[in-house]
Amino acid sequence: MVRMTGSQILLECLQREGVSTIFGYPGGVVLPLYDTLPQFPAIQHVLVRHEQGAAHMADGYARASGEVGVCLATSGPGATNLVTGIATSFLDSTPMVAITGNVARTLLGKDGFQEADITGITQPITKHNYLVMRAENIPMAVREAFHIAKTGRPGPVHIDIPKDVFQEEAEFEWPEEINLRGYRPTTKGHSGMIRRAAEAINEAERPIIISGHGIIWGDASDELVELSEKASIPVITTFLGIGGFPETHGLSYGFLGMHGMYHANMAADEADVVIGIGMRFDDRAMGRFNDFNPDATIVHIDIDPAEIGKNLPTAIPVVGHVKRVLPELTERLERRDRSEWLGWIDRVEEEHPSLEIRETRRLIPQEIVRTLYEETNGGATLVTGVGQHQMWAGQHYFYDSPRKLVSSGGLGTMGFELPAAIGAQMGVPESEVWAICGDAGFQMTMQELAVCVDERLPVKIAIMNNGYLGMVRQWQELFYDENFVSVAVTQPDFCKLAEAYGIRALRVESKGDVLPAIQEARNYDGPILIDFHVDQDENVWPMVPAGAALSETIEMPEKELVR
Amino acid sequence: MSSSNGTGPAQHTVVAIVEDKPGVLQRVAGLFRRRGFNIESLAVGPTEFEGLSRMTIIVDGASAPVEQVEKQLYKLIDVVKVNDLTHEDAITRELALLKVRCNNVNRHELLDVANVFRADVVDMATNSLTLQVVGDGDKINGLIQMCEPYGIRELSRTGSIAMTRGAKTTTVHESEPEAIARVHQSQGRRVEADLPFSSD
Repeated sequence: MVRMTGSQILLECLQREGVSTIFGYPGGVVLPLYDTLPQFPAIQHVLVRHEQGAAHMADGYARASGEVGVCLATSGPGATNLVTGIATSFLDSTPMVAITGNVARTLLGKDGFQEADITGITQPITKHNYLVMRAENIPMAVREAFHIAKTGRPGPVHIDIPKDVFQEEAEFEWPEEINLRGYRPTTKGHSGMIRRAAEAINEAERPIIISGHGIIWGDASDELVELSEKASIPVITTFLGIGGFPETHGLSYGFLGMHGMYHANMAADEADVVIGIGMRFDDRAMGRFNDFNPDATIVHIDIDPAEIGKNLPTAIPVVGHVKRVLPELTERLERRDRSEWLGWIDRVEEEHPSLEIRETRRLIPQEIVRTLYEETNGGATLVTGVGQHQMWAGQHYFYDSPRKLVSSGGLGTMGFELPAAIGAQMGVPESEVWAICGDAGFQMTMQELAVCVDERLPVKIAIMNNGYLGMVRQWQELFYDENFVSVAVTQPDFCKLAEAYGIRALRVESKGDVLPAIQEARNYDGPILIDFHVDQDENVWPMVPAGAALSETIEMPEKELVR
Repeated sequence: MSSSNGTGPAQHTVVAIVEDKPGVLQRVAGLFRRRGFNIESLAVGPTEFEGLSRMTIIVDGASAPVEQVEKQLYKLIDVVKVNDLTHEDAITRELALLKVRCNNVNRHELLDVANVFRADVVDMATNSLTLQVVGDGDKINGLIQMCEPYGIRELSRTGSIAMTRGAKTTTVHESEPEAIARVHQSQGRRVEADLPFSSD
């Protein structure tokens, strides 16, 4: 056995866990760790400009690559700055390990300089957290943290280490096995339940699959395609489930929810058997719970038993890993002709098209997203912020494979886009990453532009600049009598701002300039920002008003049709 | 789901076997607060296995479907086992200490009351008696009611603890202690007074 310092032990453990990139920011109590970093050249440290950015980068890295993202911050304010990013990861179940330093053990609990009870703070927003009080306990904490973060329903795990534990020496021993007796995710589905699910589906006239983020994290896209093709079951996804089922597939009917496709919402409401797979029947997806398709038999397949029956009464629960459960279910499904049902949805889609881009005089964001789709052949990775532009990026780009849309769905964190895009680009260096930004959200984390320059990342930054907190403005227009309060955002000249960082910038104000700007950005090997000045009044449709049922989906009002 | 229709019993008795580690109580309490489950009482103590604690939690049934309580508890990494004893044939016990006002005239009468409830006199002064009573909640409530006319100077009550009747147990499986001990050693999780490995 080798004697090492706590810092060396931590970095050795991270290396053994396969960590190649850490997004972090130094500070007092983590200085011993930073002092040790050069001894581990295989681990690249990315210096962020705000710790929130570190957490979002780790998250974006994880979502794009499928690997655990790692972020690092100092005690007190450094640690609390991670909180929004950890909560974002928690609500969307992405694997992340967040590491913080804390004050020395003798000062813990004494309100010393830069002390925060960060494990107390992160406890409800992590899957698990650790305060490691001895250097010798670091290996087990790291081993467990990575195991917990990436298995079962993934999630963020936080490790807090006091300063003197980094400096303490201990014998390094890599734990070959872990045995968490309180953590044994169920992966194999109950065969009796799978049989019952199969029976219900086989008897169904109008079954529908709602697939979620779990398909992506469970790496079960192929299994889902096989299932739906065998039994001719139409598939709609949740917002985070986008890409889990190829959107250009004949059985794909888009995504459902507050701004989902009209026909997807109607199909979910009309189905006789609703099969939720790797999703959690969230309120934004399902509308008013009490009035969600009361006649449907709900089959729910998920790895987290606590999600079963949480929001909607479930007739047939299957707890297990989608990659194991779906093939078993498929095997028991009968091939059936469901052309009548599929025809019904097709007719609704024809009569109520949600994705038509209408002719307008002014530049609208939908058109930009669609042009980007056509120009990239659907091959790019889009990383969005939160709000109108997020919904348009979900609606008007078509994702044929997982991990191509990276977005904060659960927590709805504005400012996620730029740092998460940086993380995504670093996680999958060869991918074409577009940060689709709102002009308001961009201003929350825009300091991370510096990281694009530092790391020479070819991230394309597209700001859908309407001068408003667009989604808030939309709600004030529709539900608060057009009483617009604190939604018009003054802003810097984004092009000058980008140029100040040494980033190339383009401004697009007319429709004709959209395609050339996108082409120029794609041909440019480096970070580039496009400031798209778009129509200020454009709203996102269709829409299920908050508290309404999916059956009450509203389409674009006539008065908005021409602009 | 029978437990989610809101017609379940008023109170649920949930027993959780948890890792004996700092922060576990906060995790459990935090979970209940966040999910809006009301805790009527909570009692924690050691189990027959070193390193494991037993929590008996009485949950207000109206505040939450007990199935959700159980499942959310299971999501905590430090929670090893959860049992709902609400519908089991179970023994539940609380302990209470009551300091009751009395004098030379009514002391005997009060002692008679205590006898009926099989309460022990654990302390006595010229103008008070301290009674210790063990039983389920109803019995303790009964004694309190009977003592009220004398004047209760002080009352201290533990939370309920519970155990199933008969040979059936709600603890971790009997074949597990060795495995548990082995895991403990390998994880270096001896709980020590200073600097324990902690996970809160």
